[in-house]
Amino acid sequence: MLKQYETVFIMTPVLSDEQMKETVEKYQKFLKAKEAEIVFEDSWGLRKLAYPIQKKSTGFYHLIEFKANPEVVKEWEVTFKRDERILRFLTVALDKYAIAYNEKKRNKAKAEKAQ
Amino acid sequence: MSAQQAGEIKYLTPIAVDTKRKKYCRFKKSGIKYIDYKDADFLLKFVNEQGKILPRRITGTSTKYQRKVSQSIKRARHLALMPYVADLLK
Repeated sequence: MLKQYETVFIMTPVLSDEQMKETVEKYQKFLKAKEAEIVFEDSWGLRKLAYPIQKKSTGFYHLIEFKANPEVVKEWEVTFKRDERILRFLTVALDKYAIAYNEKKRNKAKAEKAQ
Repeated sequence: MSAQQAGEIKYLTPIAVDTKRKKYCRFKKSGIKYIDYKDADFLLKFVNEQGKILPRRITGTSTKYQRKVSQSIKRARHLALMPYVADLLK
């Protein structure tokens, strides 16, 4: 049974644009290899952190929403932990209300873009 | 003079008596089922200016949603969307 998850991670601001894309790609590939389905992706870009992490005050935020087997998640989190380019990450399992909320938000964003 | 002697005080304008407005849970009222931890601006309503989570007795949130609010705030703090400690947040 596939379950829907959402991961937000923060990359160090020292990365160049290319390195950042490479990092993101690495995680996309990981999901693909594990037969997970990417539902949605969003790059928030460089944001100011509310408090310094590893002496850095900014970071690149990236969000991935995906459907995967629950066994995959543990390995998924371990790769984040081992990656020194990642400052922080958070994986959350989404319940039905969260899925509905995310979909609504996405449709709203789409409608705004179309205008 | 006579009124004062009787122990009565007369006001020209009626004094504002605090009519207690009933608190309500905003999530129950507007039918919000999921509280997004990524929406830091919204969560800011549930913390004081030091960044501490406000108690139910002040916000009027029901127990069920207070749990969700606090969970979301803690997630937002972890992702540095909200501060753990602040001075003058508002």
